[in-house]
Amino acid sequence: MAQTSVRAVAHHAPPQGFVRKYIFSVDHKVIGIQYLTLSLVAAFVGMALSWAMRVHLAWPDVRIPLLGWLSPAGAPGGVMTPEYYLSLMTMHGTIMAFFVLTAAPFAGFGNFMLPIHVGAADMAFPRLNMSSFWVTFVGFLLACATFFIPDGPPLSGWTAYAPLSAVGPVAGPGQGWGQNLWGLSIAMFCIASLLGALNFIVTTLDLRTKGLKLSRLPLATWGWFIDAWVSLLAFAVLLPTCLLLVLDRLGGTSFFIPGGLVFNDQLQPHSGGSPLLFQHLFWFFGHPEVYIIILPAFGIVSHIMPTFIRKPLVGGWKVITFSEIAVGTLSFVVWGHHMFVSGMSPYMAMVFSVPTLFITIPSIIAVLVWVFSLYGANIRFATPLLYSLGFISLFISGGIGGFFLAQPSTDSYLHATSFVVGHFHFTMGLSAIFATFAGFYYWFPKMFGRMMNEKLGKLHFWITFVGVYCIFMTMQLTGFAGAVRRYSALVDDFMIPLIPANRFMTVAALLTGAAQFIFLYNAIWSRFKGRKAPDNPWGATTLEWDTTSPPPFDNFGGRQLTVYHGPMEYDGEASVMQTSPEASVAGT
Amino acid sequence: MNQSELMIALSELAVATEHEIQMEESPYGIDKKKLGMWIFIVSDACTFGAFLFAYGYMRIGAPVWGTPFGFSSIMNGMVMTAVLLSSSLTMLAAVRAAQSGTKALAEKWLAVTMILGAVFAALHLREWFKLFGEGWRLFYNPTGGAQQFGATFFSVTGLHLTHVVSGIIALAFITRGYNQGHYDESHVETAGLYWHFVDLVWMFVFPLMYLMNAR
Amino acid sequence: MVGKVFAVVVILITLVTAYCVIAHVWWMPVDISVHGPKIDHQIEETMLAAGVLFVAGQIVLAAFVFLYGGARNKLRQIPGGAKPLVIFAFVIVGAEVLALSAIGSKAWGAVYFEAPDPGSIHIDVQAGQFAYYFRYPGPDGTFGALHPELINEGTSNFFGLDTDHDPDAKDDIVTAELAIPVNKPILLTLHSKDVGHSFDVRELRVQQDFVPGLVIPIHFTATQTGRYEIVCTQLCGLGHYNMKAYLSVLSQADYDEWLKKQAAMQ
Repeated sequence: MAQTSVRAVAHHAPPQGFVRKYIFSVDHKVIGIQYLTLSLVAAFVGMALSWAMRVHLAWPDVRIPLLGWLSPAGAPGGVMTPEYYLSLMTMHGTIMAFFVLTAAPFAGFGNFMLPIHVGAADMAFPRLNMSSFWVTFVGFLLACATFFIPDGPPLSGWTAYAPLSAVGPVAGPGQGWGQNLWGLSIAMFCIASLLGALNFIVTTLDLRTKGLKLSRLPLATWGWFIDAWVSLLAFAVLLPTCLLLVLDRLGGTSFFIPGGLVFNDQLQPHSGGSPLLFQHLFWFFGHPEVYIIILPAFGIVSHIMPTFIRKPLVGGWKVITFSEIAVGTLSFVVWGHHMFVSGMSPYMAMVFSVPTLFITIPSIIAVLVWVFSLYGANIRFATPLLYSLGFISLFISGGIGGFFLAQPSTDSYLHATSFVVGHFHFTMGLSAIFATFAGFYYWFPKMFGRMMNEKLGKLHFWITFVGVYCIFMTMQLTGFAGAVRRYSALVDDFMIPLIPANRFMTVAALLTGAAQFIFLYNAIWSRFKGRKAPDNPWGATTLEWDTTSPPPFDNFGGRQLTVYHGPMEYDGEASVMQTSPEASVAGT
Repeated sequence: MNQSELMIALSELAVATEHEIQMEESPYGIDKKKLGMWIFIVSDACTFGAFLFAYGYMRIGAPVWGTPFGFSSIMNGMVMTAVLLSSSLTMLAAVRAAQSGTKALAEKWLAVTMILGAVFAALHLREWFKLFGEGWRLFYNPTGGAQQFGATFFSVTGLHLTHVVSGIIALAFITRGYNQGHYDESHVETAGLYWHFVDLVWMFVFPLMYLMNAR
Repeated sequence: MVGKVFAVVVILITLVTAYCVIAHVWWMPVDISVHGPKIDHQIEETMLAAGVLFVAGQIVLAAFVFLYGGARNKLRQIPGGAKPLVIFAFVIVGAEVLALSAIGSKAWGAVYFEAPDPGSIHIDVQAGQFAYYFRYPGPDGTFGALHPELINEGTSNFFGLDTDHDPDAKDDIVTAELAIPVNKPILLTLHSKDVGHSFDVRELRVQQDFVPGLVIPIHFTATQTGRYEIVCTQLCGLGHYNMKAYLSVLSQADYDEWLKKQAAMQ
């Protein structure tokens, strides 16, 4: 191994011209910002969709501005039809799960920070990296295009269960080209994620600077590294699943469509396929996917916390990292817990239940590490830390819901209720978003060379934190009353008493959503008018703080760094840079 | 050695040792192309795995499957297998030649590999067209058995064929670049990894899709 | 200051949440099935375990944030480092999840591992966009064969029965409402005519998907008469929210009467 030829890595000259510099750039920092911008746009689109849905649920007859213009058929006069509600729901899930939660914390921050964290000048494969982003971008355009085709977006949910998603337009509105575009969009997202994951892994293993042993890797980088492995295996299965789905739709095959199906009294020409095959393939990806979303959040929060509590995490890098590895590994053997009531063998349900319960152990270890690291700390309440604390609280609140959904007996009551919706919004939605906000406030000075406004940041935090609890704790708890998810109107006898709770959630959602414009304003204003950021505004120790803000094209201005310490050299006011040869203060 | 040191030592095993190489760029560097190719292979194996899983799932679930391949098809498959296996050998020879610096020989072996790949693809397409001629389609089984035979056969072998064809194109690029001096033996070696992987996949596809469907 | 506010907010959220759970602000309806108490018990056990972890987690988080804000002179680590945390997670949480699995598997097994009572009343259920239909075998006790190609909503042949040629199908009773006698074991066979649906009766503690291509049996015994909603919980298309039917649990006499009336209406 030692004699292999190692040549200059990623030594491309600084780009010239606007297009090469800002659009088709191979610079990982530009690509990272491109990803974050895409996610930001996607997040506001997704949020607008959720606003429309929530308003419709609480006040079905209210005319929603712009909606009637966007889709005269789906929302005549701004009052949405049941099918359009489901379309918005499908696109909300798709856009949020893929283009926001998977893209921002992993591809966005990972692209910008990972090469810097390892002391490299760029990713291992810069051109591949650029194509990852542009493939993602095209995927996003395809997803958005579904709003503007006559048929409208698909309505089969982000899980696209067959045969509803597979039989074509006979299954209802939105199941024509909308569903085809959806399949292609997700297939493109898969390809982009696979290329991105490959790049992350090779960069982490291969481009580390001198002295940067794996044990000295910053914790965010650990999160991305482990996440890349999970992505690499999970998206490799979603890709063929999407292809087979599109084949069923366009090629006339019957992978997921059984025989004897009748729509409008017409017998369908398919036979022999299995909807359960789709569920197995989808959830083999789908469960790791929620960890793909949350593992970078684990990493980012573990990375940020020591800076602001001024001490290393309990157990050093090992305990938290090994928990992440355990979570990532176990995530591949638990997918069946999504299928407890789907007609899978009840014995298989038990087989899937046990590892699902056991995955709580590494998750709880991670939570304990974060919480008990606060003991005896010197906490500095900057906005990034507030978001990290919010992350911990939300992750606990959502995580405990897992106990109910991991057991087939309790899940058989709670399955498909709003309990599930609240649970996954807490665990993967909000936790990942809060970690993303933490990362955004933390790294903004490094990315743009200016500080964000702390007052606005804190205001944004308080409204968002209380707001999301009002929305999603209510949602989670109404699940016990049996509130069914994916209903476009509350018409059942037992749903009607839940209307006041739904109105409360809607008001909270409108306010919480509105607070996100504070964030947007803060980001844009600070980008141009914010206080100039010093190189190391937070007194942190990792490599990104050992260069200018923003970093030069080659990240370290041609310096060859040597790493002497782990990433958590904090002792109160004292701290030691990873690259400083001084003696350790925290013994890491 | 206490436990924590042991863990660190274990984690270090995966990468090159720290102090041996004092390279300018990365002290941990093994060839990034090769590492990237290995990781691609891991991922691609999962993709093939999903296709084969779907095939198995369909097949087990089908009351009547239908096995269309007669003697001639199996023989054709045997020849295809022999051709592809030989191409792995010639690829190996190309990598050896490139590593020992005999450039002209390496190019020759690369050319032979591409020709063998093309022969494989041609034989494969002949098989496909024969099946089309018999009435097989993605969604239709002329023997009246499960219609999934066409779907699984054409999608699995189609995916493999796509890999072979893209492999030939990639080899052509690499050979040209190698000839012109843009690429070196490490590129040839990385392409070889891919080629062997495609060959390995065929060693699963052939028994599962052909031998198990022999009449 | 910020830390203290955070702590108070977290504690308030915890208290409100705990109140909602303890006061059953939103809670399960009263159970009407034989197997249901086991499921309810399991939900309560899980709520206890999860609730303790939730409250403890939030309180410890709030307490540390409350106590350790600002620059102090001396940093402290928790005694023993990560070891007690890891041991806690493995031993306490491990034992908890093992116990939950062990007890939970009994609750699950009571529904799914036991064969249906041989004397069960067998009712065939078909789901389609966006309605349920129920079929009773009639006096001969045998269901007629299904012919999907014969399904015709116009002639109310919802199941695709060949009443002209199939003697078994002739006396099948097809209804839009599910009526069952109280305290009698019931066996349902679920099949879908188009896409995935679900059979969910909250009071029965029964939720089971219809999967196209499969016939899925489910059995239960209802213990209280009354009228309950059957709702679809698996996304099936635009009418999903409105796809429902009623379950009537009747006394034996009322049930016999009802069935006779339905037979006459065929």
